[in-house]
Amino acid sequence: MLNKALTDLLTKMADDELILGHRNSEWTGLGPVMEEDIAFSSMAQDKIGHAWALYNIMEEKQLIGQSADMFAFCRAEKDFKCSHLVELPNAGYDFSLMRHFLFDHAEAIRYESLQDSSFEPLQHLSKKVKGELKYHTLHANAWVMQLGKGGEESYDRMQTALNEIIGLAAGIFEPSKDYEDILIAEKVYPGEKELYTRWLESIYPVLVKSSLNLPDMAGLTPGYGGRQGKHTAYLAPLLKEMGEVFNLDVDANW
Amino acid sequence: MSLDPRVNRLKLGDPTAVIKVEAGENWNVYEVFHQEKRGAHHEHVGCVHAPDPQMALIFAKEQFGRRKKCVNLWVVRSADILAFDSEDEDMFATNMEKTYRDASGFKVMEKINKFKQSKGTTNHVK
Repeated sequence: MLNKALTDLLTKMADDELILGHRNSEWTGLGPVMEEDIAFSSMAQDKIGHAWALYNIMEEKQLIGQSADMFAFCRAEKDFKCSHLVELPNAGYDFSLMRHFLFDHAEAIRYESLQDSSFEPLQHLSKKVKGELKYHTLHANAWVMQLGKGGEESYDRMQTALNEIIGLAAGIFEPSKDYEDILIAEKVYPGEKELYTRWLESIYPVLVKSSLNLPDMAGLTPGYGGRQGKHTAYLAPLLKEMGEVFNLDVDANW
Repeated sequence: MSLDPRVNRLKLGDPTAVIKVEAGENWNVYEVFHQEKRGAHHEHVGCVHAPDPQMALIFAKEQFGRRKKCVNLWVVRSADILAFDSEDEDMFATNMEKTYRDASGFKVMEKINKFKQSKGTTNHVK
């Protein structure tokens, strides 16, 4: 039972990182300025690296009956557990920066909590990625504050992006129906409800400094479903594109 | 831990205190200096464009600090650097003749080794 719960937790974390890493890497070569292009691409690579580490933990601990690569690239869409937030195609850079800000704060909060995890590999990984995530949130905060105060158009676009995706971002914290209790009881992690509260505490002061208004969270519907394998129409084409080369010959040695 | 008091440190602890932007401010060029290990010299590695020093440091981190070993970076607005005009290079022209200013001209190793021997140190410096 605990193994199934761990698999569920690691899969959703890894899938979020893999899919958003892929989405953000679509900006490579198209970023607003060269310096930002490099920074954003580099952070997208970090995300793929986190996904890789998580899939590998599952392989090593025999939580999945296949290799990390096969698990990452050869699953059916319904077996992916990523949240809807990470699936959406890129729109403007305002959208991608806001998604980066909301997601990376959630990610940082989650890994921070895992520093006390009873599951040793997660504890180890969370310590390893701490510095990376410190940079990611620093970068995200700096941009959100720049653009929130960067004049009327800039402010409008950031507030609009926030309004549009804050509900989906809340969907990151969709609790697992079957495994939430055991993961909390076994002290693997503090649970989605607790992480959601910590996340709001983390993003709120930055938004205030950016003159952006956090919408009333009680009044919105969180974008749940991804953790149960129910996805937006955008995931299937992304998986097809992402696995295109790998699926040419799944047994090839890289 | 000793920190150079002449250098301002970007505080990561309070995420809300990082950025201050003047409306309409132009982007500047910042020179980037890379430090490989604590206590080592910062070496000039290139430049970044950024709206302010904080963003310059954030950009510099991925631009110049993502591959080789790095423990810190400096950014300095290029416009704040003062240099000689290249036509005044002649001020340095006779340097090569003034070997008496070159520390390597002093023959002291013999004395140092003798001193160390008298202290019972076995490692000879050659």
